Parts: sequence; structure tokens; C-alpha cells
Amino acid sequence: MGLGMSDPLHDDRGNRDRSITNPAGQGAPLPGHRGRARPAPGGPFLIGDAMTGGYGRGADILHGCTIAVDRGEIAVIVGPNGAGKSTAMKAVFGMLSLREGAVRLDGEDISALSPQDRVKKGMGFVPQTSNIFTSLSVEENLEMGAFIRDDDIRETMEQVFDLFPILREKRRQPAGELSGGQRQQVAVGRALMTKPKVLMLDEPTAGVSPIVMDELFDRIIEVARSGLPVLMVEQNARQALEIADKGYVLVQGRNAHTGTGRDLLADPDVRRSFLGG
Amino acid sequence: MDFLNAFVALSNFVLIPAIAYGSQLALGALGVTLVYGILRFSNFAHGDTMAFGTMVAILATWGLQAAGVTLGPLPTALLAIPVGILGCAALVLATDRLVYRFYRAQKAVPVILVIVSMGVMFIYNGITRFIIGPDDQAFADGARFLINARQFREMTGLAEPLAIRSTQAITLVTALIVVAALFWFLNRTKTGKSMRAYSDNEDLALLSGIDPERVVRVTWIIVAGLATIAGVLYGLDKTYKPFTYFQLLLPIFAAAIVGGLGSPLGAIAGGFVIAFSEVGLTYAWKKVLTYLLPGPLEPDGLVQLLATDYKFAVSFMILVIVLLFRPTGLFRGKSV
Repeated sequence: MGLGMSDPLHDDRGNRDRSITNPAGQGAPLPGHRGRARPAPGGPFLIGDAMTGGYGRGADILHGCTIAVDRGEIAVIVGPNGAGKSTAMKAVFGMLSLREGAVRLDGEDISALSPQDRVKKGMGFVPQTSNIFTSLSVEENLEMGAFIRDDDIRETMEQVFDLFPILREKRRQPAGELSGGQRQQVAVGRALMTKPKVLMLDEPTAGVSPIVMDELFDRIIEVARSGLPVLMVEQNARQALEIADKGYVLVQGRNAHTGTGRDLLADPDVRRSFLGG
Repeated sequence: MDFLNAFVALSNFVLIPAIAYGSQLALGALGVTLVYGILRFSNFAHGDTMAFGTMVAILATWGLQAAGVTLGPLPTALLAIPVGILGCAALVLATDRLVYRFYRAQKAVPVILVIVSMGVMFIYNGITRFIIGPDDQAFADGARFLINARQFREMTGLAEPLAIRSTQAITLVTALIVVAALFWFLNRTKTGKSMRAYSDNEDLALLSGIDPERVVRVTWIIVAGLATIAGVLYGLDKTYKPFTYFQLLLPIFAAAIVGGLGSPLGAIAGGFVIAFSEVGLTYAWKKVLTYLLPGPLEPDGLVQLLATDYKFAVSFMILVIVLLFRPTGLFRGKSV
């Protein structure tokens, strides 16, 4: 991880001989916070409030950034490259330590919870990359999504199959053999299997064709219309803002513009500086 | 008749011993491939893990024998295997808690864990020798043969004898049961699937609520089980000596790599490839060829390609060939 010789435990020297080492699929270090949730009534359903922080002991990437989403809404985070869009979402999910600010979900302050505990609190998170188990079948991917549930998962699986019919056809196939768009469907389906209270998507359309992108957006709208709030980071700002109830334009880790998707699309400032006129 | 005699000789000296040895290697390689797939390093302590588990089973066997408990025609050691597994599991779990977990928590690169496992290997090495000593230990009892040479001659009237030792039959049956149980566990149970998921993508497994430490614990327990069973079967079939188990590391690793590291199916196939090559290349083929070939072509020499002293070279050769021409192994494990 570029930590160099000073850190022998992470020095890649000698680590590339695959007859003795297997770094594929190895996890990244996460902040080790293990606190409890505290009641914090009022406010939006999910809010990352005035978040300031960065990865590990590195410099701050977010500076007082606020992201929120309410029931039945789609909130979209857009911005230029390196604006901290994904970082903002990861901060909401607890993948970096916040120096200031708080994350509240459904009337509780969850700032001190680890990402796993946030999943148990009802966050469904779809990472941008490595978001499926490639060697497991589609069905097993969904089963693993529901790992924390002890009740009958068949009904939820049927709902996912109704939302993404192609997955029902390919349920026995290893997920790694599917096309890019189908993989994203598996990834979203896996996150839906926990019956989350909020769905968070990190660039769900990265690397898929425009047709597949439209199709995915349709499905995401369908999910949101069923009452599940969706928070989404998007590279394709124009299309994303078109379906957004709320839009956040980030620039250098700060909120630059906030408003409804339509307002932002109409805002001459946003258009000029960001949407290319 | 000559053809039948050739086949019987081949079975007696190559097929049956290689199938038994292959099953033992396969069980050993399964343990190695599980650690590689889930804990992400090649466990150099695996041979000594086998030695330790077998030692506990031997001590329990002696206890049972002293108490007058036997299994009749079957070796008493089969009864002692669960005790061996418990002892071995306690050892590897304690090792994980005291040693490996420290590095795992910091996401140390896997090569560090390889080196750490070498240290663990030396410790296990010492523990085993400290408790049971470095010498050969006899612990097999029960019937020696399923079919002995004389019975077979009388039954068939063939010139060539065929003997099937009971330990060879037990090895094959036990290996089949264990492998079937392992595959059922990995592919059909929630815990097994979570192990495969963790192996595939640690971060996503974490986000799915899979407890990594539980996956690791279950893996070590299964590895302890596989290592002990493989070790006891090998000890019954041949002999128990701690150093021999340390040496088994090479054919076991060769088997796991030939099959494709991280692929359980590959580990089994690899075990048999290595066993058949080792036995086949060190066998003197003169007898079989004399039966098969017409008079003038009969060989004068022994037609033994390698002296048995060089049997470890066979694993090395196969390893080199596989790494050169098919680095992912037969079953496309992780690319080596």
C-alpha cells in the first residue's frame, strides 16, 4: 500500500510468489471503532452531518460535508474527480474515522459503530468495486447477503429476482461469469437481501454501457418508489440528477451546491462549472 | 493369463499402494489448500500439525489398548482419532490466538505469515519430539490383511500374489467419507458458504455480516481434523516418525500446487498425481514387462527409473513442470 520499507508487515517484497501467498480477496484495514448507538431523535432519516475526516492518520478529505436522505427519496452525490464523493459515502458507512461531525440513522446517532454494526442497523452498502463474490453462484451471493438474518429469506430472494429477472435465470451460475451490468444487479441484490432501511450505492453504473445504465437507473427508481431511501454516488452527473430528489455537488470535500435534482440541473453555476454548459 | 498376472503384479506393487498414499496426500493437501484459500498463506507447519495430531491419537490409542479397549479387526487408532483431532484443534486454535491473529489484525502481507508459519513449524517440531520422542512408534493393531497373498493365490490360481492390507482399505474408505463430508460442508451449509465467501472477498464478507474470526476458527478446526486423519492413516499404513511427517510437507505442497492452490478438488487430484508418479517412477517394472512383452523384448535390467531414495525428487520435478506449463494447476486454482 505504498507504505514502504519502514513498515515490514505491509512491504510487498517477496509477497508476489503465488505458490506461497494469496493476497487475492484480502481485506483492507478498517477503523477499529466499537462504540454503541445513542438515541438522537429528529432530523432526516439518514444524515452524515458536517463530516470532517480522512483515511487513517492521513490528511482530511472531507471538510464539514453534509449528506442526507429521507424516506422514499433518491439522493445523489455528484462532483468532479477527487471531490471526495465516494469518501463522503464511505464516511456515512463508517469506513473512515470522522474527526468532527456525526452520522444519524432513523433517530439514532451511529457515529461510533463499525461498518458491520451499521449493516445490522439497516444500512445496505454496495461498494464500487469487488462488490460480488465472483466464485459463488448468484444464489449463494444473495444468501451471503442475508447472512445476518435467521428468518426465512426465500421471500426476499423472490423480490430480488422479480426486480432483476435475469438473475433468476442465472441463479446457479458463478457470479464472476456474468456481464458487467448483471454483476451490478447481483451486487445491488446482495445488499437488498438484508432488508435494509437505506440503500447506499457507490457508482453503480461505473463501467457499464449507456443502455445498461438506463436500465439500472430504472431499477433504482423502482427500489426508491417502494419506500426504501437510496443514497448514490454517480459519475454520470446529468442522468443521476435527472432521477434525484436531492442532489449534492461536492467540490474538494465541501458541499458546493445542494438542492433538488431539477434545481441543480437548472442552476447556471452548476451547469457552467460542472455539467459542461 | 500373462496379462492377468501383469495386472495383478501392477495392482499389488503400484495401484493399491499409490491409491492409499494418494488418499493420504489428498487429505494433507486439502488442509494446505484450505489455509491457503482462507488464511491466504502456505502453511509450512502443516506437516508438523499432522505429526502433533497423530501423536495425540497415538497416546490415546496406547491408553485404550492399556485399558483393554480394541476395535476387533479394525485398528484401535480409529477410535482415538477424535481425541487426536481435539488435541490438534486445541493446538492450532491456541497458535492462531497467540500468533497468527496478531498479524491478521494488521492485515500483514501473506508472505509474513508464511515466515511466521515456519517459526510455528519449529515450535511444533520441538513439542512433538519433547512429548513422544524422535523415534518410530508402533501403534497399529487389528487384522493386518484384508486379503493376503496366499489366500489370493488359492482363490484365483494365478502365479502372482495380491495382498491388500487392511490399512490400505481403511485409508481409502476414510478418505472418501472425509472428502464427501468436506464438500458437503463447503457447498451446502451456511458456515461452509461463508468460508468460501470470506476466501473470495474478505471486505464484502465483512459487509455481509460474516464474522471473520469465526470463519478462521472453523477453518483451523477443519484443518486440524484433516491433518490428524491424514497423519493417523499414514502412520497406520507406514510408520509414525515425526521427521517423516515433516518430510511429507513436500509431496503435500506439490499435490496442492499441481491441483491448483485454493481448489479442494485440485488438492485431491494432485494427491493422486503425485502418489502415482512417485510410486510409478520408483517401481521396478521388470516383472510386469516380462509378463506383457514377447520373449525377445523382455528387459534384462530392473526397469526402475529412480531409486526409492530419490522419491522426493519426483515431487520436485512435477512441481517444476506444473509451474512452468500450467501455473494455475490442473483445476485452475489461484494462479501461482
